[in-house]
Amino acid sequence: MLDRRLALHPRVALRPEPFGALAYHYDTRRLVFLKHPDVVRVVRALSDHATLADTLVACAIDEHRWPSFQSALTSLYESEMLCEQRRAPVDAG
Amino acid sequence: MSNAAHPSTLVEQLKGGLDAPICLTWELTYACNLACVHCLSSSGRRDSRELTTAEAKAVLDELHDLQVFYINIGGGEPMIRRDFFELVEYAIGRGIGVKFSTNGAFIDAAKARRLASMEYLDIQISLDGVDATTNDAVRGGGSHATAIRAMGHLSDAGFGPFKISVVVTRHNVDQLDEFKALADAYGAQLRVTRLRPSGRGADSWHDLHPTNTQQRQIYDWLLAHGDDVLTGDSFFHLNALGEESDAGSLPGLNMCGAGRVVCLIDPIGDVYACPFVIHDEFRAGSVRDDGGFGAVWTESELFAELRRPQSAGACASCGSYDACQGGCMAAKFFTGIPLDGPDPECVVGHGEQAMRAATADLPRPAMDHSAPARQPGPPERVPVAIGRR
Repeated sequence: MLDRRLALHPRVALRPEPFGALAYHYDTRRLVFLKHPDVVRVVRALSDHATLADTLVACAIDEHRWPSFQSALTSLYESEMLCEQRRAPVDAG
Repeated sequence: MSNAAHPSTLVEQLKGGLDAPICLTWELTYACNLACVHCLSSSGRRDSRELTTAEAKAVLDELHDLQVFYINIGGGEPMIRRDFFELVEYAIGRGIGVKFSTNGAFIDAAKARRLASMEYLDIQISLDGVDATTNDAVRGGGSHATAIRAMGHLSDAGFGPFKISVVVTRHNVDQLDEFKALADAYGAQLRVTRLRPSGRGADSWHDLHPTNTQQRQIYDWLLAHGDDVLTGDSFFHLNALGEESDAGSLPGLNMCGAGRVVCLIDPIGDVYACPFVIHDEFRAGSVRDDGGFGAVWTESELFAELRRPQSAGACASCGSYDACQGGCMAAKFFTGIPLDGPDPECVVGHGEQAMRAATADLPRPAMDHSAPARQPGPPERVPVAIGRR
């Protein structure tokens, strides 16, 4: 998972909430709660970076938290809230 | 709905309310061609104060700004409104998905094709019996045939997986498997919801609501079907059955969302805590007030009260409270049970007693738009085939 090139699915909208965000997929009609602001930050930043690992580094997520991010993002990917990146990421440094 | 983290803390946050509803129900009109005995909104006649097209579009603009992802449109029969397609197309154009409930009477082949061409649109055809006898007893003569015809048109038009929406009653609870088979045959999705003693349901509930034994039957059936069957999270009061058997909870949010994550806008723009409590006591304001819908959602005293931690009241000493959350506010209200009392269909059995203790004067729904009862006229000529059985 860490070396995947991921992005938020283009049909998914995020709505910021105090607990994190609501994510709604307009095609699958699936509603998911992103229950931590850091998860929201990572999800939003995915398309700016080549891999999930790069994104976690760029978002300054401590490495001991990576496994929980991996599992959260795997579940988001499996429910199609995330998809493969279609274009080369913009190099955000 | 699903969530990627600890559900209990999430539910606590949701109980405190969000800046905007997750979804809301919007009854577009009180006009209806049917007169279902359990109609939540006592619909029949159009209300002359109905929101205009311009007013409705202004509300949709606001919902767009609030990032409300989808709305549930109902009625009455929403397709009776002349601007029905205009409003649905406007909502979808603003990124608001639409799910609408209909009895199907106005879905002909051409309308089905038009509906099939729209994105972000879901349709729920209401059907309360797999056979005409069971369905029509609740929804009126001919309504079963009407619904089946509409389903055929949607299917022919390639609409895709529409929904068949069933209110579970004492008389159709044994048909759940058949409903599922019917939905499967159309490539449709089955949605089953709980009967509420709201609207005209206040008068029919006692005869229609599932018995205690049937509650268990519903719970077991829902557990077995999991995410395959939609419920609008409306059966959470049954979760108390999971406590004793350790069978677990039904899928979905185990909480009452009224005024916290959902609400209702009625045809004249009044905002209520949920679709099941059209009563002054649960009226939070109007979209016609200064500040519009947003101000009602964020500033109404009623909603603020509903978002405060609720007392478990009479249920505090019951071991099942965490599982059932005291059940449905609307069901309690219209059966005369205090809001911190047990659900009238409490599976532990406290509901019966609480209803007996209830006052003689039950709250009545705020408005009645029922069409006047038809005067008995000359008998209709009915073709009769004599001698056939």
